[in-house]
Amino acid sequence: MILIPAYNEGGSIRRVVTEARTKVPGAPILVIDDCSMDDTRTEAIIAGADVISVPYHLGLGGCVQAGYRYAYDAGFHYVIRIDGDGQHDPRFIPLLFERLRESRVEMVIGSRYLNGKVPATSFARGVGIWFFRQVLRLILDKEVHDPTSGFVGVSRQALEVFARSFPLEYPEIEALVVLQRRQFQFVEVPVVMRARMAGQSTITTLRSFSYVLHVLLGVVVNILKYEGKRRKV
Amino acid sequence: MDRLLNIVAGMSILLIGMVFLAIRRAHIRVEYSVSWLSAALVMLILSQWQWALLQFAQFLGVNNAPFALLLIMLSLFVIVFFRFSVIISDLKDANIALTQKLAIIEYQLQHVQEKHPPTDPS
Repeated sequence: MILIPAYNEGGSIRRVVTEARTKVPGAPILVIDDCSMDDTRTEAIIAGADVISVPYHLGLGGCVQAGYRYAYDAGFHYVIRIDGDGQHDPRFIPLLFERLRESRVEMVIGSRYLNGKVPATSFARGVGIWFFRQVLRLILDKEVHDPTSGFVGVSRQALEVFARSFPLEYPEIEALVVLQRRQFQFVEVPVVMRARMAGQSTITTLRSFSYVLHVLLGVVVNILKYEGKRRKV
Repeated sequence: MDRLLNIVAGMSILLIGMVFLAIRRAHIRVEYSVSWLSAALVMLILSQWQWALLQFAQFLGVNNAPFALLLIMLSLFVIVFFRFSVIISDLKDANIALTQKLAIIEYQLQHVQEKHPPTDPS
């Protein structure tokens, strides 16, 4: 299943869904509309996607988790997540899927830093990515080239975990720590990321600093988290 | 010192009154009123029972009893606020899970209705 979390992506979602349908014909496409204020839902339906609309804005993590929860309950074995803004090129979906199936790891990350080309990014974001690479290297004992990539594929084992527990805000980095705590494996595959088709990134320069603090705290909390007594909701 | 202690006693009585009124009007659930009532009672007792307050001040190593009372008051409110942060976090988790489940069930229902449209009873 292809999962596309979307919030106010009315300008791009139709193209993203259409491209995904063309590149991966036959794969179910599920858009999770995070209570958008524009016509994201209508555009996604017109393009042929199934749409789950959450009744109030949950944020990226809550929105992605809704998709994982549905996929797990519906019995899917693999889920590939792409963003609704068009940055993730759907022609790489089969690559992620094959890698996920063949390598038998629990997660595959589409990395923009593995193909030799360093894509243009803001200074603050570049520093943030470098910083988290170092932090994750210490925690995971493994290099993660693109820790903020949302272009990921997950197996059923990871789906089971994420359906129950998934970081709510800026989930990509924290999700890696969640996986590591369960001794799950992941690999990165090279992908090319494009510019957004429409809209603006929610992570501005000022927010980058808040992002770093927030994620760092989230990583520490995930390391310390005891989930044995938490009730299953 | 007496004036300050009387003000604290007055505030404690006011807080107890407000909590009871809120319970009566169902603005606060009984289980969540317990924290506030406990904090207000401790403040009331310590402000009117100076021997106990002095013992506390001595225990804390503070020479000034009213200062010790303010310190205790601050600590109690920090504990109450922390308790409510835990409750709010729990509520948020439950809220998110319910929202996700509602959205998924709504989606599944829509699919069922598309497959089996409701028949006209007439």
